[in-house]
Amino acid sequence: MANVVFNEPLCKGCALCVSVCPKKIVSLSKRSNEKGYFVAEVKDMSLCIGCAACALMCPDVVIEVSR
Amino acid sequence: MQKVFQKSALLTDTPFHYCPGCTHGISHRITAEALEELGGKQGIIGVAPVGCAVFAYNYFNCDIQQAAHGRAPAVASGIKRVCPDKIVFAYQGDGDLASIGMAETVHAAARGENITIIFINNAIYGMTGGQMAPTTLIGQKSTTSQGGRTAALQGNPIRICEMLATLDGASYIARVSLHDLKSVVAAKKAVKKAFDYQVAGKGFSLVEILSTCPTNWGMTPENSMEYVKNEMTKVYPLGVFKEV
Ligand SMILES: Cc1ncc(C[n+]2csc(CCOP(=O)(O)OP(=O)(O)O)c2C)c(N)n1
Ligand code: SF4
Repeated sequence: MANVVFNEPLCKGCALCVSVCPKKIVSLSKRSNEKGYFVAEVKDMSLCIGCAACALMCPDVVIEVSR
Repeated sequence: MQKVFQKSALLTDTPFHYCPGCTHGISHRITAEALEELGGKQGIIGVAPVGCAVFAYNYFNCDIQQAAHGRAPAVASGIKRVCPDKIVFAYQGDGDLASIGMAETVHAAARGENITIIFINNAIYGMTGGQMAPTTLIGQKSTTSQGGRTAALQGNPIRICEMLATLDGASYIARVSLHDLKSVVAAKKAVKKAFDYQVAGKGFSLVEILSTCPTNWGMTPENSMEYVKNEMTKVYPLGVFKEV
């Protein structure tokens, strides 16, 4: 069991998290935050292995990971 | 469930102002985590540059002095000499460190100042709108090398690590990258090692981090990472250039 939480107001939609997720479960949503960026999300959290690859690559330290 | 990743206590809650995908943020994170692992924010003093990282004092949860353009190594030298028990680091871009601040950089290394420099090489002046830096690659376009840099017109790129490694005062000199997960993990280890060298009193340490500037390179963040991996590492090979 693993969980990632995106601090959405800080996300800039750069998609670096999307590019490094080994399970390919991170994507950019159609939801934009107050800054106007489409924020990253995980649609099916049951597939997450909690490796924290997304969090280590995020330039804005948007992501918290639990396992 | 336990937290396996959360923000370092050495970073404040102020959101970074950097452009989307800019690796300044990753460099801030690994620097903060390495400092945190050394223990305690009361023992750390940073020096911020002129460049996109000029607001670093808003982001690191420790004392920070902002220096005039390129003068961070001189300011850091002074701080360290007055406060030898503090961990003192400068965080500088390539315009700041290798252009206007080249003299300060070289002489701080030659004197063997017991400070650590985190050197962000993104091969361009980010803050001022993408002018050529001393580190700009041959063929790379910038607003002041619009047809691509040529050796004949603009001169050759400077390899800071290789150059500083020749100086007796340098104790740990390494070049790392952030273009993928493995390199990010290795980069943090190198930054931690540089701070360990300072704590051990070994003298000048510098970690050059190959970085991106998606905005002024005119590339997506992901393509910028590819550019670092495929082009920058050819001109700036990764590795440890000095380790005493
Ligand atoms: C004395 C002085 N000269 C020039 C400038 C203009 N200036 C501001 S930032 C900068 C270069 C920044 O490039 P770099 O150090 O590579 O950092 P980056 O913005 O790419 O992170 C320059 C030339 C200045 N602020 N002060
Ligand atoms: S201009 Fe370049 S270096 Fe500066 S914040 Fe934007 S992407 Fe980063």
